[in-house]
Amino acid sequence: MANGIVTQGGLLIAATGLRKTFGATEALRGIDLHVERGEVLAIMGPSGSGKSTLLHCIAGVLTPDEGRVVIDGEDVTALDADARARFRLRRIGFVFQFGQLLPDLNAVDNVALPLLMSGVGRRAATTRATEWLERLGLDDQLSKVPGDMSGGQAQRVAIARALATEPAVIFADEPTGSLDSVAGENVLTSMLAAVRELGTTVVLITHDARVAAYADREVIVRDGQLSAASRGDVA
Amino acid sequence: MDKTPTLLGLMAEGHEHGYDLKHRYDQLFGAERPIAFGQIYSTIARMIRDGYIEAMGEEPGGGPDRKRYAVTAAGRDYVRRWLSSPDEPSPTLQSNLFAKTVLALLLDDDADALLDVQRHAHLARMRDLTQAKQRGSMLERLAIDHALFQIEADLRWIDVAGARLAELREEVRHG
Ligand SMILES: Nc1ncnc2c1ncn2[C@@H]1O[C@H](COP(=O)(O)OP(=O)(O)O)[C@@H](O)[C@H]1O
Ligand SMILES: [Mg+2]
Repeated sequence: MANGIVTQGGLLIAATGLRKTFGATEALRGIDLHVERGEVLAIMGPSGSGKSTLLHCIAGVLTPDEGRVVIDGEDVTALDADARARFRLRRIGFVFQFGQLLPDLNAVDNVALPLLMSGVGRRAATTRATEWLERLGLDDQLSKVPGDMSGGQAQRVAIARALATEPAVIFADEPTGSLDSVAGENVLTSMLAAVRELGTTVVLITHDARVAAYADREVIVRDGQLSAASRGDVA
Repeated sequence: MDKTPTLLGLMAEGHEHGYDLKHRYDQLFGAERPIAFGQIYSTIARMIRDGYIEAMGEEPGGGPDRKRYAVTAAGRDYVRRWLSSPDEPSPTLQSNLFAKTVLALLLDDDADALLDVQRHAHLARMRDLTQAKQRGSMLERLAIDHALFQIEADLRWIDVAGARLAELREEVRHG
């Protein structure tokens, strides 16, 4: 449960001293967080405590006011906007609660998109997209558009898309938040089966303890800080 | 519920007589079952024997109820350790955790922190069960799911209690 001693080789993400303010709201008030390579980390905490802001600052979607984020040896807080976008495309996958698939593209084209954007040819991208979808149990959904799928199927497509570029880390914000508990659990276990096999690191926000129980470790965010118990300060 | 640290905590709050202690206990925790005077005095005797409290002599008026007690450093230490240690998920957990939360508020200890310690302990238990579930047969998985839902119910109570700490503090201190 405690962070323990993490060797440099085992460390994928080192975030230190993160602070972020929106107007008068101090969303992050000094957060240090280390994530090991291959680790599945759950971020929990009350609504409005700063979980999404933390995830976005670590993933390079938001720039923290203070602090540093190193992912896989790259100081993402030091990159300019273009370099950061390229780093995200190559090294990071995202899964959100809903709405991240392009509604007019079928499953294969949605998953192929990030591959095409990172320079993979159309034929290879289509083949790889199809393989990822099959791996997530979507053999019979390949040519459907998101609107014709169940919520769980659409989330699997989103996960296939996040995995397709074989990123070092997947950031997920309530990935099962819009699903019932059986569908949510099925989606989660198929995602985790894939990431455990690939050794992908996952940082996952969830309010659902049953989801968090699939992670290797959880931290609790409270008022923009990690709880003392999450930092390992308490017995 | 752990009666000894609960009563000791109430003594530390300033309830120095057995009589006073019983009333404070009943007010906070005795709605369903008030504590018996016999249990108060036997617990006091044990706490003296264990060095957690000391008799401070009697006040004018006499009678067993007029004895005053003070919590020793060892007693405060015992309460603090109790407050910061998580409980095993179990049917008696709720009453114990409730007592800890109330005492932490009364003693200006960090109630949020003790709830977080309990959250992590519950999640660790859920993680173990979830791992067993992934290896289990459907029958075992359903049995484990039942256990998981029960621990989850405790966690939800912890969330609600955590969200209402400020109001609870007002109520137990001045109510
Ligand atoms: N873009 C924004 N502009 C203004 N305030 C924001 C913005 N994003 C988040 N906040 C505020 O920052 C705090 C933390 O928000 P958030 O990180 O979304 O919390 P959580 O994900 O834990 O619910 C909240 O008070 C929220 O209102
Ligand atoms: Mg959020």
